[in-house]
Amino acid sequence: MLAGRTDLPFANDATGRFLPLVVTLMVFLAALALAAMMAFHGLVGRWNRDVAATLTIQVPVATGPESAARTKGRVEAVLKLLTETEGVARAEALALDRVAALLEPWLGSGDLVGELPLPRLIDVALEPGRVLDTKALAARLQAVAPGTQLEDHRVWLSRVLRLARAVEALTAAVLALIGLVTSATVIYATRTGLAVHAPAIELLHLIGARDAYIAGQFAGRAFGLGFKGGLIGLGLAVPTLYGLDVMAQGIGGGLLPDLRLSIPNWLAIALLPLVAALLATVTARLTVHRALARMT
Amino acid sequence: MVRFESVGLRYGQGAEVLQDLSFTLEPGSFHFLTGPSGAGKSSLLRLLYLGKLPTRGLISMFGKDVVHLKRDQLAALRRRVGVVFQDFHLLDHLSALDNVALPLRVAGVAESEIQKHVPELLAWVGLGDRLHAKPPVLSGGQKQRVAIARAVIGRPDLLLADEPTGNVDDTLGTRLLYLFEELNKLGSTVVIATHNEGLVARFRHHPRLHLEGGRMVPPPAGG
Repeated sequence: MLAGRTDLPFANDATGRFLPLVVTLMVFLAALALAAMMAFHGLVGRWNRDVAATLTIQVPVATGPESAARTKGRVEAVLKLLTETEGVARAEALALDRVAALLEPWLGSGDLVGELPLPRLIDVALEPGRVLDTKALAARLQAVAPGTQLEDHRVWLSRVLRLARAVEALTAAVLALIGLVTSATVIYATRTGLAVHAPAIELLHLIGARDAYIAGQFAGRAFGLGFKGGLIGLGLAVPTLYGLDVMAQGIGGGLLPDLRLSIPNWLAIALLPLVAALLATVTARLTVHRALARMT
Repeated sequence: MVRFESVGLRYGQGAEVLQDLSFTLEPGSFHFLTGPSGAGKSSLLRLLYLGKLPTRGLISMFGKDVVHLKRDQLAALRRRVGVVFQDFHLLDHLSALDNVALPLRVAGVAESEIQKHVPELLAWVGLGDRLHAKPPVLSGGQKQRVAIARAVIGRPDLLLADEPTGNVDDTLGTRLLYLFEELNKLGSTVVIATHNEGLVARFRHHPRLHLEGGRMVPPPAGG
């Protein structure tokens, strides 16, 4: 199909070089935009799933004599209250070494973490779909352990989600624009082809070719050129994305959210050349049909 | 098979190049289309091969009023008409075989049939050894035979030829006329536009459609 026989003399016209070049660029950009969109989509989904149904409670350490025992007592009182609270699926105090690990990117791994009066953290999982009155819960927590703070992640999350969804929408718009530019290029190339090959097209008409036959010639040509350009664009995009992925992993340490692409994400990116080729095919076919319908 | 009633044709806003043409082509008939240069022969052929539609009057081909047909229906009618154009209209990037195969390909004939019948026909017109040659390397006579082969490969009901002897000597011209007579005997209705009076005289048993100034008139005496 890439180099099939055509009745029209496409081999020598300039669109043979121009169209693959444009599609190469478009597929490269589309791969980057699609990767960004899918990474953010995955991230938003994970955050939504993981964070929306959780609360974090900070219990300040007790000061004075027997502070450790009293802190432990406070934590246990809070845990007891939580397990008795309707809508709480699980409440678990984080071990101090885990808290230290969470703070390690900022404070380092020295003894400093051990010496600081770090508050005890309690990770609370809510029952799915359950809406909790966090203000009332915070008041009850204050009663059993003064100074206890309740962090409802949903407030923070709603802002992050808004940003993430805006990025997602933006990348979707970029993808749509890439599709439009590709289609516009194919329309231009096809119209040029119709003008350049007008005598041959007229001959095909005179020997009885239907519009669909002529459109098929242009569509086959557009598919071949689009697929060729798409494969080159994909060939450029994959190492670029892989390089970004490796760099992001290199930073690590929890500073960056996990933006890695899943295997289905990579498969979706791998389909871009085919999508570009099909878009070019359909656009070319419609363009020829519309142009021929205007001819007598 | 073909019926013209009061047909007129003009290009754009110009004067009518064909006026009030009324005639009938019976199935299996053989006609010469004659007339001086500019008389309208090529325009009449263009109407016959549906390259143009009339600006007035009625043309009925194969029982259908061509003016009211949709594009695909016109294409289907064109597949029943074979045309030998004056300047051949061969596609230079295609081999002789692929040029001749065009009408079959647009009609959706299987490739195996094409590979069987097209070389046979090219051999019949004496080009069996030039199947893969492209038009730019063929002589005028060879191109003409490729054009004729392309016109007849689909066994057309109506075969039209515009000055088919214009580029060849008298001997080859006569041979070509015999070829058209053979095709006519096989069932095709034939119309040959020519201003070669000598040739028409040699084949005077065929009736003439004679044009002058865009009108159909009786042929001159002795013609």
